[in-house]
Amino acid sequence: MAGYILKRLISAIPVLFGISIIVFVIMAMIPGDPATAILGSYATPENVEKLNRDLGLDKPMVQRYFIWLGNMLQGDFGRSFSLNREVLDEVLDRFGATLILAGTAFVLCSLFGIAAGVISAARQYGLADKAITFAVLLGISIPSFFLGMMMILIFAVKLRWFPVSGMWPIYGARDLSALISHLALPALALAVVATGVIARLSRSAMLEVLRQDFIRTARAKGVHERSVIWSHALRAAMVSIIPVLGVQAGFVLSGAVYIEMVFQWPGVGRMLVDAILKRDILLVQGGVVFVAACYVLFNIAVDVAQSMLDPRIKT
Amino acid sequence: MKSFLSLLARNRLALGGLIVMGLVVLLALITPLLPLADPDVTNTANRFKTPFSEGALLGTDHLGRDLLSRLLWGTRLSLAVGFAAAIVAATLGAAIGIVAGFYGGRTDNIIMRGVDMLMAFPYILLALAIVAALGPGLMNALIAVAAVNIPFFARNIRGITVGIAHKEFIDAARLSGMTDIRIILTEVLPNVIPVIVIAMSTTIGWMILETAGLSFLGLGSQPPQADLGSMLGEARSALITNPHTSVVPGAMILVIVMAINLLGDGVRDALDPRLKSGALSRPMPTTMVKRFGPVPAAEGDTLLALRGLKTQFQVKDRIYKAVGGVDLQVNPGECLGVIGESGSGKSVTALSVMGLVASPPGVITGGAVHYKGQDLIGAPYEQLRKLRGDRIAYIFQDPLATLHPLYTVGDQLIEAVRAHHPFDKTEARAHAIGLLKSVRIPNAEQRVDSYPHEMSGGMRQRVGIAMALANDPEVIIADEPTTALDVTVQAQILSLLDDLRRERGLAIIFITHDFGVVAQLCDRVAVMYAGRIVEEGPTDTILRAPAHPYTSRLMACVPELGQGRRELAAIPGLPPVVDKLPEGCAFADRCHKVTDDCRSRNIELAAHGAGNKVRCIAPEPQLQEAGQ
Repeated sequence: MAGYILKRLISAIPVLFGISIIVFVIMAMIPGDPATAILGSYATPENVEKLNRDLGLDKPMVQRYFIWLGNMLQGDFGRSFSLNREVLDEVLDRFGATLILAGTAFVLCSLFGIAAGVISAARQYGLADKAITFAVLLGISIPSFFLGMMMILIFAVKLRWFPVSGMWPIYGARDLSALISHLALPALALAVVATGVIARLSRSAMLEVLRQDFIRTARAKGVHERSVIWSHALRAAMVSIIPVLGVQAGFVLSGAVYIEMVFQWPGVGRMLVDAILKRDILLVQGGVVFVAACYVLFNIAVDVAQSMLDPRIKT
Repeated sequence: MKSFLSLLARNRLALGGLIVMGLVVLLALITPLLPLADPDVTNTANRFKTPFSEGALLGTDHLGRDLLSRLLWGTRLSLAVGFAAAIVAATLGAAIGIVAGFYGGRTDNIIMRGVDMLMAFPYILLALAIVAALGPGLMNALIAVAAVNIPFFARNIRGITVGIAHKEFIDAARLSGMTDIRIILTEVLPNVIPVIVIAMSTTIGWMILETAGLSFLGLGSQPPQADLGSMLGEARSALITNPHTSVVPGAMILVIVMAINLLGDGVRDALDPRLKSGALSRPMPTTMVKRFGPVPAAEGDTLLALRGLKTQFQVKDRIYKAVGGVDLQVNPGECLGVIGESGSGKSVTALSVMGLVASPPGVITGGAVHYKGQDLIGAPYEQLRKLRGDRIAYIFQDPLATLHPLYTVGDQLIEAVRAHHPFDKTEARAHAIGLLKSVRIPNAEQRVDSYPHEMSGGMRQRVGIAMALANDPEVIIADEPTTALDVTVQAQILSLLDDLRRERGLAIIFITHDFGVVAQLCDRVAVMYAGRIVEEGPTDTILRAPAHPYTSRLMACVPELGQGRRELAAIPGLPPVVDKLPEGCAFADRCHKVTDDCRSRNIELAAHGAGNKVRCIAPEPQLQEAGQ
């Protein structure tokens, strides 16, 4: 197993390289002179030239890429001019908040999505199946930012069950219960779409598995139907559900950008949007590379989970 | 195409989606012609008018602009941007996919590596990076959304193209001297267009959502121009005081995306052949029972008796009568062979006993199965479950498919025991090892932790047998357990079953198509044809002197060792399809002795000679009679 993990980690290196190249190339597409873009059109030519030199923009592309990459590998993501702070420090601070939000949403959507899919498949064409299918359709069609706004309106403003926004209370203790009450609405809003997608795929994976011969064998053994569904069928269906979970983690991470905006959550997504509006290129660049790299590592964890579940995968 | 449209129409939800989408598109198209207020004219005196107020059907926004007008213009813009992004992504993605799939080799490798890299991003990060580089704006948002969706199309289309690129008609086109570009345009493209359309119909909803999302973040359309997303984004600050300004655009996005998703699902379903055949329905825990006519009563003290059993498959408006009234019985220590060609209904008969026929589409429509006098057909689930594997156990064909691939054989054996007896884990494990030993698996202590894929076919079949023996059942129903095995292993398995029967007094129903197996193992044999028993009797008698023409023809198909001179005679024709069974004898069309009488009436299974029964009006004479 350790060997397999190592192998997957090594295979991630070219992907990480690719990611850095793609980000670099996109950032190099910035029309005109980046220094002018940063300093604005009223900047003096001397200042522009100085900034270009500071940013290393006077060197050829390939050289610039390797300098940038080398610096990043040493933990130097550059300095954000809008925050006047090291990019990596800012990203790390913000990433924790995003991780709490997206991680909670991911756990929620995995649990609810799989459960809904299994129940839906086990009761195919029954009332529960129809209700779940409709709920899923609604869930995958509603924009998460709109859902989040409606949730604020109903559960925070009208019913006053949860705070309207933010991660911590302005006054009062920053303890777990405060975090949970602030987390509940954004995590739910973020989980809804992915729950729908996972429920859908779990349902079809379960239907596929339930027709297999080994399910008939389990029934012929006299295994209770509950156990046929939740242990025999689900275990086999997980082989096709787990990769979907990996993909959905990416969607949850993406959706977090909207949810962070709606709920004023101090995460990476909001930081990126602010940075884009302020044209703080280094901050955008560093944030994107960092989050994408984390996502690649997460997908390796998914592969490892898959190999632990399925003994037929050679480790 | 026509059947596709009618299928789509039959799916009411998809039709609903199509109608809603049609209406929305129509509204968006005629928006410039409608007598609407100017969407961009501000009038701060009239700000935040509530819906249904005078002069503003949906109210006004924070700058006093008419919301209805802004909604329709915003919808127009959102749809246009979403469709445009979809078309750009589909065109570029398809082009990349076709090139990669068509040329293959290194081109393919490099392109697909790049696509994989792009797919390694959470999609919005890529979109944000692109917008960051190009700057906020609706056109740039469109480019970003299209760009992040290109890999999806490229990968899908490449898969299809690879399949097409190796077809004969492509080779033919090459040989006829056509250029690559012409081949791609005239031969490849027409074949991938349907796939592109499907992929578009499933992603266009996403594209509209994503562009709306970017606008919502303030990175898409810039004021005063507004699409649905930026309307929602601007309304956010007034969410609590004036929620209607948020609800109006948000609900519109929901309606559009939902209609597109319904339609997309309908398109996908209409094109999925598995759904058409009903093959995607899941079998229920027991076979459905809808018995017509009187239920036969139990008679005598037979261990297991099937009486007039009828099982059908109901697929759409067709009914396949797989089992058309079968009587069988078996007593302790006895082995009954059931023999017939593929599709004769022997497996369905066997599975009907414990309600294991996949249902839907299977339905038991008549007869009874008496186990010690108690009718199992229509018995409550819990009663059947308690008997399954405990008193009446199955051995199935092809143990690779019938054993669970992700559990060790030990766990599967332990579960078989613990489904019926409250063993603790260690006891059950010891029992499992004992079971593996009893079916002569070497190194049982190690093998118990193996997964099915780590074992040979013969070993797996032994595990299947061990599982059937787990609770010391009274009846074993073996459904072609040796068909997938080679001859030596087959002989070992058969002698194993034979020993078990003698040692434990098991009753065995042995389903097979192999007379050699019947001769080796079975006391009695029943021959099935087209869902009915055509001959039944002691194995010796039937092997020596088959009375039904079908039995004798079936036996003539079996090669015999050392009798090289006899000609192997295949039976001419094919068995009848069981949804259109002929009147009278089902074998009539293939029988060399057929008379008009055969086809005119239902022929009963009648006693014939000592202990034999045959369903034929002109059976072969019994040996004794022939000898006289």
